[in-house]
Amino acid sequence: MTEPYLVELKNITKRFPGVVANDKVNFNVRQGEIHVLLGENGSGKSTLMSILCGLYRPDEGEIMIRGTKMAFRSPRQAISAGVGMVHQHFKLIESFSVAENVILGNENTPRVLNIQQIENNLAQLSQRYGLQINPSTMVWQLSVGEKQRVEIVKMLHRGSQVLILDEPTAVLTPQESSQLFRNLREMAGTGRGIVVITHKMHEVMEIADRVTVLRRGRSVATLDKQQINQRDLAWLMVGHDVVRQTKKKNPPGDKNILELQNVHCLNDLGLPGLTDVSFTVHSGEIFGIAGIAGNGQRELAEIIARLRPVSDGSIFINDQAITDCSPRQAIDHGVALVPEDRLGTGLVPNLDAEDNLILKSYRKGQLRRGPFMNRAVVREKVIELVNRFEIKLSALDAPVKLLSGGNLQRLLLAREITSEPQLLIAVYPVRGLDIKATEAVHNLLLEQRGKGLAVLLISEDLEEIFKLSDRIGVLCDGRITGIMPTDMTDVEEIGLLMMGAQNQGEAAT
Amino acid sequence: MIKLPGTNLLIEKKLSPAPTAFFIVPAISILLALLVGAFFLALSGHNYFEIYTAMFSGAFGSSYGFTETIVKTIPLTITSLGIALAFRMQLWNIGGEGQIYMGAFAATWAALFFPIGDGWWTMPFMIMLGMLAGGMWALIIAIPRAIWGVNEIITTLMLNYVAILWVNYLVYGPWKDPQGYNFPLTAIFPPGAILPTIGDSRIHAGLFLGLLITVLMYIVIQHTRWGYEIKVSGESSSAARYAGISNKKNIILVMFFSGAICGLAGMSEVAGIAHRLQPGVSIGYGYTAIIIAWLARLNPFAIILVSFLFGGMQVGGYIVQTSGIPASMVTMLQGMLLFFVLGGELLTYYKINKAPASPTRQ
Amino acid sequence: MSQEIFIAILATAITAGTPILYAALGEVLAERSGILNLGVEGMMLVGAVSGFICALKTANPWYGLMMAMLAGGLLALVHAFLTVTLRANQVVSGLALTMFGTGLSGYLGQSYVGVPLPVPFKTVPIPVLSDIPVIGPVFFNHDPVIYLSYLLVPALWFCIFRTRAGLHLRAVGENPAAADSMGINVFQTRYLYVIIGGMLAGIGGAYLSLHYVPSWMENMTAGRGWIAVALVIFATWNPVNALWGSYLFGGIDALGFRLQTLNVTVSPYFLKMLPYIFTVLVLILVTKRNLAGRIGSPQALGLPYDREER
Repeated sequence: MTEPYLVELKNITKRFPGVVANDKVNFNVRQGEIHVLLGENGSGKSTLMSILCGLYRPDEGEIMIRGTKMAFRSPRQAISAGVGMVHQHFKLIESFSVAENVILGNENTPRVLNIQQIENNLAQLSQRYGLQINPSTMVWQLSVGEKQRVEIVKMLHRGSQVLILDEPTAVLTPQESSQLFRNLREMAGTGRGIVVITHKMHEVMEIADRVTVLRRGRSVATLDKQQINQRDLAWLMVGHDVVRQTKKKNPPGDKNILELQNVHCLNDLGLPGLTDVSFTVHSGEIFGIAGIAGNGQRELAEIIARLRPVSDGSIFINDQAITDCSPRQAIDHGVALVPEDRLGTGLVPNLDAEDNLILKSYRKGQLRRGPFMNRAVVREKVIELVNRFEIKLSALDAPVKLLSGGNLQRLLLAREITSEPQLLIAVYPVRGLDIKATEAVHNLLLEQRGKGLAVLLISEDLEEIFKLSDRIGVLCDGRITGIMPTDMTDVEEIGLLMMGAQNQGEAAT
Repeated sequence: MIKLPGTNLLIEKKLSPAPTAFFIVPAISILLALLVGAFFLALSGHNYFEIYTAMFSGAFGSSYGFTETIVKTIPLTITSLGIALAFRMQLWNIGGEGQIYMGAFAATWAALFFPIGDGWWTMPFMIMLGMLAGGMWALIIAIPRAIWGVNEIITTLMLNYVAILWVNYLVYGPWKDPQGYNFPLTAIFPPGAILPTIGDSRIHAGLFLGLLITVLMYIVIQHTRWGYEIKVSGESSSAARYAGISNKKNIILVMFFSGAICGLAGMSEVAGIAHRLQPGVSIGYGYTAIIIAWLARLNPFAIILVSFLFGGMQVGGYIVQTSGIPASMVTMLQGMLLFFVLGGELLTYYKINKAPASPTRQ
Repeated sequence: MSQEIFIAILATAITAGTPILYAALGEVLAERSGILNLGVEGMMLVGAVSGFICALKTANPWYGLMMAMLAGGLLALVHAFLTVTLRANQVVSGLALTMFGTGLSGYLGQSYVGVPLPVPFKTVPIPVLSDIPVIGPVFFNHDPVIYLSYLLVPALWFCIFRTRAGLHLRAVGENPAAADSMGINVFQTRYLYVIIGGMLAGIGGAYLSLHYVPSWMENMTAGRGWIAVALVIFATWNPVNALWGSYLFGGIDALGFRLQTLNVTVSPYFLKMLPYIFTVLVLILVTKRNLAGRIGSPQALGLPYDREER
C-alpha cells in the first residue's frame, strides 16, 4: 500500500513567448521529507513552484494534492489546499505589524479584529516551532532574517502542509542558515513536506532527503540522499564538467585609489547606517565586501558615489577628498557605480539603449556642441560600444526594459567601464543572471582589474567573493569586522565575521 | 514579430505595426466620442447628424469659420506647448489657466499703466512681462514642489481660482474703464500694444509666436543637453540623481518656463483679440491644453494639429449654440475623447501575445 | 462679535463643510485602496445636477440623493475601469473625468439653471440635544444629511481600522502584490472603494443643490472637489481628521461670506480667494510635517497594479 504523495506534479509544461520554462516536468513531495529543487538561474525551478502555489497556470499537466487532482486559479486556492510559499522577495506590508501581516487574507479571522487575542495566538504558534518573533512589532523594524521567519509563520498559520522556500539562504549568514535548516527539519518531523529551491549545491548536501535537478526547463534527475555527490550534481545542473578554477590572485598595485577613513553615515530611517568604516582599495585589485544584504552595503556604495551624505569621516579618491562632493563631481573624479537596482536607478527603463549609454557622458567632449548634443557622434559611439561588449539588442531605439538581465548588465558595465573610471563599484553584479552571463560579467571585471582598475565588489555570494577578490572585507551592522587577503581565510571565518565576531588579528591592509 | 528571450508579453512599439496604430487608435477614439455625444444629443431630442454637420461646416466650411478656428488654435497651441514641457518631466501643471490670466494681467499693465507711456518698446515689453508673470505664478508652486515634494496638481489648480479672482477684482474695480459704461473691462490698448492681424481676419501675430515656440521646443528637447536631462528626470528621478542631474534645479526651471509660455498665451489673447483686459480672458484653454498635450503625446508638431482640431470643435460649438446646444457639450466631447484615447493607449503600445495554440488544461 | 454671530458662523462652517466632507470621505476610501481619483469635482457636479433634477421631478429630496449616489458611482466606475483594468494613468483619467463631468452636468442642467427647488432638505433640530447652550445650535440644528455624516465618520473610522475588511483595504493600498499573494482580490477591492468614493462625492455635490443653495448652477462646486482632495492629505487619510478639516475649510468660506455683511472694507474678491490660498498653505505645511514625521500616503497610491498574470 502506497501513501499518496503530499504533492505530485505530473508532466507539467509551461510556455512563455520564445521559451519553454517547464517541459514535461515530474516532481513530487512525500510526507516528512525535505526535497530540494536544484538548478541554476533560468532552469525553471521558480516557474514550477509558482505553478504549484497558484501564481501561474500550467499549459499541460496535472497537479495532485494528496491524490486529488486540483487546479489553482489563484494563490488563495493553493493556500487553502495547504500549499504555502515563502518567496525570495518578501510579500510583507512594512507599515503593518507582524500579527496584521500574518492574518492578512485569512477568511477565518473574525470580521471585527481583536488584536490582543490574535497576537497571543501567534506568540503561541511561533513558540511551538521555535521561531522567535514578536507579534506586535512593525515589520519595517525587523531584520531580514526575522522577516523571513514572519513569512514562514504566515504559512504555518494558514495550516500549510507543504512549505516551499525560494532561495531562503540568500539573505542569511551561514550560521543563520544552519538554524533555519534545523527549524525545517523540525517542521518536516511533524509530517509536513518541505521544498527548498536553491542553486547552491552545498545546501543539497546539508539538508536534502531527495533532490530533483532541473536544467533548461527539464527535470534531469531525482536522487535519493545516498546517491548525492557534488560532482554528479554539478554535471547534472550544467550539463558538462564544471572545472572550478580559482583565478590567481594578483598582488595589488601601489596606488591608493579609494580610501575611507572613519566614515559614519545614517540610513533612511535616521539610524546609524555605517559606523567607523575604514579601508583602502588599490589599483589593479578587486576588494570584495562580504555580508548579508541590509548591513550597510547600499549605504557604502551610495556614500562613495556621493548619493548619500557622510556624517563623519573622509573619503579620498586618488588622495583627493570627495567627502562633500556632489554626485556629478564624484563622477568627474572617476567614480563609476553599477548599482543594485539595474533597471530603475542604473538604467532608465523606458528610454532606448542610446539614451542610456550616454547617461553619464552626455556632458563630455565630443558628444556636445555648446548647449547642444551632437546626436550623430552619439550614435557612432553607441554602435561601437554595443559591438565591443556584445550587447544583444533587437533595435537601437527599443526601450531597454525589454532586455534580458544579462544584456542589461552588459549595457551597464559597458557604460561604466568606458567612462574610464578610477574606481568601479559593482553591487550584486550577477544577481539573477544565468551561468553564461555570470561568467561574462566576472571576466569583464577580471579583465579590467588586469588593466589596473580598482574594483569594489559588493556581493552576498561568498563563492563569487572568493573567486574574484584579492582581499575581502566583511560588513556587519554597518561596521567592518575584518579585512584579509583571500588566500589567508575561508568561508567559515568569513561567516563568523558576518555574524559580528570581531577579527582578532586584522591582517595588514 | 520578435520572440523575446524572457518572459515578457510585450513587444516594443517600434516593432509593432506602429504607424497604423498611432493613427487608428486616435481615429477610433474620435469616432467613439462622437457616438456617445450623439447618444446624449438624441437623449435631449436633438438631431445629432444635423448638429455635427453644422459644427463641422461652421468650423471648417466657411472662410470665416476657418479663420476663427485658427484664431482659437493660437492660444491652444501656445498653452499646450507650455503644459507639455512640464508633463515631460512628470510635473502636472494644472495651472495653465491661472498662468494665462497672470500673463494677460501683466501684459495689460505694460500696455496701459507703464509710467513711461507707450512706444516701440511696448510690444516686446508686454511679451517679456507676460512671460515673467506666468513664470513667477508657476514658480510659487515650483519651489515647494522642488524642496518638499508638495503635490503640484492641487496647488497649481488652487492658484487658478486666485488668478481669475484677481483679474476680476481689477476689471470690476481699480482698472475699470471710466468710459466703459460701467462694464467690467479696462480701457482699450494703445496702438503700440495691439498685435497686427492678417488681412481682414482676426488672425494675429500671435500665430508666429506660436510657431516659433513650437520649433524652439522641438530643438530644445531633441538636441540640447537640458532637453535630455528633462527626458531622463521625467522617466526616472533615481536614475537622474545617479547621473548627477540636479532634480531640484530642473523642477524649478521647467515649471518656470512652462508657466512663462502659458503667460505668453495670455498676453497674445489680450494683445491680439480683446485689446483690453476683461473677464473670460481664457475660456478653459488651460484645461483643454492638458488634453491636447496628452493626445499629442507631448510632440510639439502634433500639438499644432490637435490644437487645430480642438479649435475647430470650439468654433463649431459656438455655431450650434443657437440651436440650444450649450457650450458645455464641447467640454463633454473633449473629456470623452480623452477617455477613449486613454483606454486605447493600452492597445497602441502593447500587443498581447498569447502562447501558440495548446490545450490549456485546468 | 456677539455670541449669536459666533454661533452662526460655526453652524455655517458645518453646513459649508459638509459637501467637502462627503467628497473627502469618498476620496479617503479610494486612495486607501491605492487609486488616486482626481475626478471628484466632476462626480460632485453630476451628483448635484442629477440629484436636483430627480428631486424636482419626484418632489422628494431623498430620491434625489439616491440618484446622486448612482450618478457619482457610475462616473467612478469609468475611472475604475480605466485605471484598474486598463492600468491607464490615474492623473489624466481623473482630469478627463472632471472635464467630462463638468461638461455633462452643464449639458444636462441647462434648462434647470436657477430654478428654485421647492422640496429641499429642511432643517430638523434634534429634540433635547439642540437645546444645549452653544453646542446645540452649532451641531444639532441641521438637516438630515448632516446628521448622516455624523454617523458616517465614526463608522468609516471603525471599518478602516478595526475590521478585517479595513485591513484588507489598507493592505491593497500599501502593497498590492503582498495582498494578492495572501489571496485578497486587488482588482475587486479597488473597484469597490473607488465606486463607493464616487457615490459619496455624488452625495456631497447633491447637498449643494438640495439644501445649501438649493438650486442648480453650472460649475456650482467651484473647486470644492479639489479642496476635498487636498483635505485628504491634510487628514492623513483618516476619516476623523477629515471631519475637522472640512469644517475648518467650511469655516473659512463662511467667514468670508460673513465679513462681507459686516461691512468689512476688503473687496469680496479677496475674501473669495481665502479658501484657495488657505488650501495651498495648508498643503505645504502638511507635506513638510508628513515628511518630517515620515507619515506617508498609502505606499502604492497612484501606481497601477500588474499581477503579470501569464
